[in-house]
Amino acid sequence: LFVVRRDQDIYIQTLRKLFNESHGIFMGLQRSEEELAGKSRKAQLVQVSKNYRSVIRACMEDMHEAAVSTRDPALQGQYSTQVSILSAMELIWNLCEILFVEAATAGPLLLRLLDWVRLHVCDVDSMVREVLSSESPSKHKLFWNVVDVFVLQGRMDEARHLLSKEASANPTSVNMCKILDDLMKKMPVPSLSNTQTLTELELKWQHWHEECQRYLQDGTFASSPHMESICKILLGDEEAILEKKELMTTWYHFLVTRLLYSHPTVKPMELRFYAQSSMDLFLGGESSPEPLDMILMAAFEFEMHQVIKECSIVLSNWWFVAHLTDLLDHCKLLQSHNLYFGSNMREFLLLEYASVLFSHHSLWQLGVDYFDHCPEYGRVYLELHIERIPLSTEQKALKVLRICEQRQMHEQVRSVCKIMAMKALRNSRLGSALSWSIRAKDAAFATLISDRFLKDYCERGCFSDLDLIDNLGPSMLLSDRLTFLGKYREFHRLYGEKRFPEAARLLLTLMTAHIAPCSFWMTLLTDALPLLEQKEVIFSAEQTYELMRCLEDLTAGNPDKQKFQDDDIETTKVEMLRLALARNLARVIVKEGTVEGS
Amino acid sequence: AMEDVSAKFVSQKISRTRWRPLPAAALQRPDLFATGSWDNEDNRISIWSAGDLGNAGLNGEYHGEPHLLCDIQHNGDVMDMQFLDQERIVAASSTGAVTIFRHHQNNQTLSANHRWEKAHYHVDQDTSCGGAACTGVVCNNPEIVTVGEDGRINLFRADQKDAVRTIDNADSSTLHAVTFLRTTEILTVNSIGQLKIWDLRQQRNEPSQIFSLAGDRVPLHCVDRHPNQQHIVATGGQDGMLSIWDIRQGSMPVSLLNAHEAEMWEVHFHPSDPDHLFTCSEDGSLWHWDTSTNISEKPSFLHQGGRSTAYLSHSTIHQSVISAWLSNDPTKDRMEITNLIPNQTLSVNSLDVLGPCLVYGTDAEAIYVNRQLFA
Repeated sequence: LFVVRRDQDIYIQTLRKLFNESHGIFMGLQRSEEELAGKSRKAQLVQVSKNYRSVIRACMEDMHEAAVSTRDPALQGQYSTQVSILSAMELIWNLCEILFVEAATAGPLLLRLLDWVRLHVCDVDSMVREVLSSESPSKHKLFWNVVDVFVLQGRMDEARHLLSKEASANPTSVNMCKILDDLMKKMPVPSLSNTQTLTELELKWQHWHEECQRYLQDGTFASSPHMESICKILLGDEEAILEKKELMTTWYHFLVTRLLYSHPTVKPMELRFYAQSSMDLFLGGESSPEPLDMILMAAFEFEMHQVIKECSIVLSNWWFVAHLTDLLDHCKLLQSHNLYFGSNMREFLLLEYASVLFSHHSLWQLGVDYFDHCPEYGRVYLELHIERIPLSTEQKALKVLRICEQRQMHEQVRSVCKIMAMKALRNSRLGSALSWSIRAKDAAFATLISDRFLKDYCERGCFSDLDLIDNLGPSMLLSDRLTFLGKYREFHRLYGEKRFPEAARLLLTLMTAHIAPCSFWMTLLTDALPLLEQKEVIFSAEQTYELMRCLEDLTAGNPDKQKFQDDDIETTKVEMLRLALARNLARVIVKEGTVEGS
Repeated sequence: AMEDVSAKFVSQKISRTRWRPLPAAALQRPDLFATGSWDNEDNRISIWSAGDLGNAGLNGEYHGEPHLLCDIQHNGDVMDMQFLDQERIVAASSTGAVTIFRHHQNNQTLSANHRWEKAHYHVDQDTSCGGAACTGVVCNNPEIVTVGEDGRINLFRADQKDAVRTIDNADSSTLHAVTFLRTTEILTVNSIGQLKIWDLRQQRNEPSQIFSLAGDRVPLHCVDRHPNQQHIVATGGQDGMLSIWDIRQGSMPVSLLNAHEAEMWEVHFHPSDPDHLFTCSEDGSLWHWDTSTNISEKPSFLHQGGRSTAYLSHSTIHQSVISAWLSNDPTKDRMEITNLIPNQTLSVNSLDVLGPCLVYGTDAEAIYVNRQLFA
């Protein structure tokens, strides 16, 4: 039944629904405040448990559909195995819900266990259907088998209904049927409402038990072995019940039937004894218990940790144990045990499960939320895992970024932005690259991008991507180089609009305020040339002196004077500049010295 | 009402949901929608029937969950999608391809009709590693406009093999979305927070107008135009902010509405009821913005029977023509904003509204349909 497999499980399509739906339930549980106390909180937790189970069942149905409709025998085998595993999971979960989450007390406990058995023993369903739908059921060869099934499952009304058919078909047995019917009708059962106490129930039951005993001893059913065996079952006769092994199929069915007919007011803590003996009697030394049996046994023994441990070993993914343990933790059940181990186990399992989610190309997003709810190591795990998500599109990178930002994972934010910015830069998408640096507030990268723009400008003599540079807005302040880029472009714009005095002022500021990188000063000074050569004097004396100083700073500051002097073009430029500056100075001195007017 | 929402888990993260458009004079509700997936090794375009058509309830309502009719494999993430006409859907891929799929109604299958393999690419069209995601597509049969991470704008015609027009390097940043402003003009939004108008009749490769937000250049992710009043445009930003623009005047938005806590992925004016706007976000919420006249002023009997009754009875009828979206007076035209998702978890990537029907898809691998939006 149980196959230990690697986590390829996750890749099966139908399981994805399980993971996504249960993620929703998980999140709802984490967020549900513990303001509610006592009964309402318990009801809430039971509802959560039921929701998980209904998701498992839905997945089981889908898996079953898939198994039935596929033609590929290998796939069919895989799907069928999954159906069995899911069915086992639901069986275990259901029992845990009854014993741990709901913590059913004596009385209701038996009813819940009966429901549990009825839900999960379906091997007899087809037989039941066959008999019920036949023309005269009482003549069917399996008739008594079905009656037995109903009795074993405590389905008294249905058993009585069949008995009445037997009574009408077979006049000789009318009396016996009537008596048996009466016994079944009168059988005291625990009720969910508090209409009777346990003591009252026990008393009534004792009475009823004695009545059944009398009828049996009087030989009332002597002429019908079937009905006599039913009467014995009603009396809780182990041998009689065990004879119907094939109809019960499992030892836990046997257990519940036994309890129903010998000790209906069983207390939770008494279960372990009955469970152990039931299993021993049922298996009778012929077969040994399977992993599933051991897990259920551990549950009956209220060994929660054992249940979880066994499930972890046997099941091939962490989904089941992670969610179940989390639920039990919310029921405050794990904390009453060894505290340290208790809280760590929940976290350990959630971390494992979430890590597996992260190994899936698509389900990693679910993993994030699980890590969020692991207080000790969740964050560290998330940091490590999220860096490994391949950023195939900008949209995906944005989602990863949002996750990191919401959790103040600054390093990861910068890392993602840097990767995306580099990609953009390689593809010459300078605007995109800038957009990523702004998001990360990465001044260094913004500088890199600006240098790229400036390099392009120097090579081509014009700006690319004016729509970007002209519209930098406040992001210009992210890095000095970026500011320079924006301002430099502004200079060009002013020049183009023939607003020369403003352009001149800006140009000078760029140098004197050290916004411009030194490497660019030559270019700026060269840009000043046309302004110096204008008919109209633009630079004031003050400004001209500034320019001259800049030029001298530039030429003096250059350590490699030798190389500088050897480069003809450079030398010519400098000479031209010096000349232009001198001429401008001459003109401006005259202009400023001249008295206006007259 | 929320009870009218049917959900279905579909084992794929949904990137786009779109109603099939109804024929012009149709009175019925939309019954068919398409979805696209992302982040799968095997992405798909799927066609769904909304609700169980065989189970009409007492009032002729349809119940039941969405039902898959057919699907087809799609190479790359489905970045955007739009119906070209009743039978054809155009899909934009993260590989840079743009594909027209045809839905064959007679046998319920999908087939790829035509593909522009390298509609969007980086640097060099011939190098294989240069694919750039196509991020947005908009159709006006037979024209198809696409935009992408390469900053390129393409104009295709459904029946022509090559692009009719391509504007290379239209934008130095990523173009996130495109929509038609008029039949010859388009609107684009990009990752440095600019809204641009392009006139496709003109040959120059420059936008005719550029709008941007003041302050930080927050990237814009989605754009939609008011169905009747073409000067009203809505955009959604990376910070979850909804901006309403009047493109006749100024270069800045008319109103900025703080909405979501994370990226706003889609914004839609309701096509026949544009006083209603819908937005969805990475933060897992879907907001319904309602600027239709303040309900509390009206006598209650006018509320029954749906929106149209309330609309006509409003005394200052001319005001609705001016449009509540542009109103600067918050006290006069109060807006009702409702989050339609009670238990939000993962991102709502896409939504679509048509008539009384809403469909949306999430990263939690589920699609939701509400067929009684205004009940």
